[in-house]
Amino acid sequence: MNHERKTMNREIGAIERRKERLDRGIKARTEGLYAIQSWREVLYLLAPRASLIIGLLVLPLVLPGLYWQRVLGLAGVYALLAISFDFLAERVGLVCIGGAFMIGVGGYISGGLNYYLKLPVFLTIPIGTFGGAILCTLLWLPCLPLRGIYFAVVTFMFPFLTTSIILAGNLFEGTEGLSPIAGFPSTWIGIYLILVILLTSIFGLRRLCGEDIGVVFAGIKDNDQAVYASGINVTRVKVYALYIASMIGCFAGAFVAHFSGFVGVSLFAVDFSIMPISACIMGGPGTLAGPALGALILAPLSELLRGFGQLRVVLYCFVLVGFILFKPEGLLNWATRKYHQIEHWVKV
Amino acid sequence: MEVIVYGVANGMTFVLMAMGFSFVYGISRLPNFAHGALYVVTGFITWSFINSGGLPYWLSVVLSLLIVSLIGMAIYQFVMIRVRGMPISEIIVSFAIALAILEGLRLQGIGGFKGFIGPGYVLPRVIDGVVEMPWVTIDLQRIVIIGAGLLLLGIMWLFTHYHKIGLSLRAMAQHERAALMLGINSDRMANIALGIGSALAGLAAIVIMPLGNVNCESGYSVLTNAIAVCVIGGLGSWVGTVLSALILGLATTLMSAMGGTMWNNVLVFGLIILILILKPSGLFGRQKELEERV
Repeated sequence: MNHERKTMNREIGAIERRKERLDRGIKARTEGLYAIQSWREVLYLLAPRASLIIGLLVLPLVLPGLYWQRVLGLAGVYALLAISFDFLAERVGLVCIGGAFMIGVGGYISGGLNYYLKLPVFLTIPIGTFGGAILCTLLWLPCLPLRGIYFAVVTFMFPFLTTSIILAGNLFEGTEGLSPIAGFPSTWIGIYLILVILLTSIFGLRRLCGEDIGVVFAGIKDNDQAVYASGINVTRVKVYALYIASMIGCFAGAFVAHFSGFVGVSLFAVDFSIMPISACIMGGPGTLAGPALGALILAPLSELLRGFGQLRVVLYCFVLVGFILFKPEGLLNWATRKYHQIEHWVKV
Repeated sequence: MEVIVYGVANGMTFVLMAMGFSFVYGISRLPNFAHGALYVVTGFITWSFINSGGLPYWLSVVLSLLIVSLIGMAIYQFVMIRVRGMPISEIIVSFAIALAILEGLRLQGIGGFKGFIGPGYVLPRVIDGVVEMPWVTIDLQRIVIIGAGLLLLGIMWLFTHYHKIGLSLRAMAQHERAALMLGINSDRMANIALGIGSALAGLAAIVIMPLGNVNCESGYSVLTNAIAVCVIGGLGSWVGTVLSALILGLATTLMSAMGGTMWNNVLVFGLIILILILKPSGLFGRQKELEERV
């Protein structure tokens, strides 16, 4: 007791400071229509968006070789999964940790079509994307009334169930997997395909969340009973969201099947479920662009650490725990704050 | 007959695996996804004490149980306490810790550490020998498992229904604010819950592991089995835990007897998904039924 009082006194005695955050003037002005009035303000608005687009499009050109280009392709896959997770979890309130299931379904559909029916790449990928999304949505439809942690556990279990069914029933060549699957005509086409899709989905989803249906999504996240009470069919709206998200995930799966030329149970690996979550937490939950950035940082990082064997997973878990504990807002939210606000310490 | 006896023994291994998890999550609402990792850690610590430290069996068991419960408490005190009340973050953090522990045990070549890989790590049996009855032959270790399962179930039931700490743990799960108002320090209680839960995971490891060898992969399957038992039985219900463990044990033994060990996982995961869809609170769960569905 005495000790507590002493520390309290010391805290009161010391000069207390707190961080004051003020919006920059330019931020307040550009929120209205006034941005058109000066180039500086237009630039202020455009700079973050344009640097993302240009950065992503130039990135494959400056990479040193085929190996890193393939890493970039894989990073794109993780980025798509991370966006899809972020959209579902932070904008619609469906915590879906079954990214591996989307990857697997998309991959098996488009890879299987190519392997058994010899369909060309530009046909199998759309079929894998749309068909896979329909399949995922239908299979997850019975789970949609579940909330929070229950939905998370069900979706997490789906990849395991599918893996064990494929292995037990020796379906699709079982453990061997389907190989070879036709690749892209050139690596460039593959890389730019995934980068363009990545950018389209980031900006598309941001726009979607601003539309009417986006408001309903946010409503479902915050208070689904209220949405239900306003006469909106909650499950139907959730189906739309799930379909959009699994379309992104299944495209990533179809892409990975053709990019690596192989389809097997490794597509249902836990990596595809866990990595997007850590990318999302690192990049900034709820920002859509943040998770993509997180994936683009994490995937090459784990590639660099590949020589260390298991240490890779350990380090990467430490990054995850560290971010959740000490910087739960993530990188992009932090950067946005720095961009929009002036910070300084003031005496209390 | 053989199927039934071995099924019951199998069910009891499920009970033991799930008990720690069910105690921590069902009773105290802390999803401890590091459960499987703690289970494996106990195995390796005990093995090291016996084989590298040269300690007697019972001493090393007690020491490793103590160490594991300290690890569990440390996980709460330094990590979980910061994300308390955010279920998804709790799961991610504890699962990340589990991954770090399980993969860390397999690290090779750092400071001459060889990593715990390979079939050489076997824990000694509590009692060695085989019982031959007119209708079935069973090894003593399985009887120990059944006995330990029943004993621990009894102790835990009494503890959560009559001991003051057990009662406050249940109070916390039911209504944390009311519990706080009645003077229950919820952080301390959660800390104790994780300590006890980790010790239970360790006990399960010491009783079950002699049936096979100690390996890191079993950490993941222990976790899924524990989740399966808790989800199917219903959170916070001992009856449900025992019944669902027995169902799972009998069903998997029956599957293996009919020559389809491959389908065991299909059965476990299928049951989890089915139960979660149809009745998310489990067969016997009564808590928070309204919170799980729209």
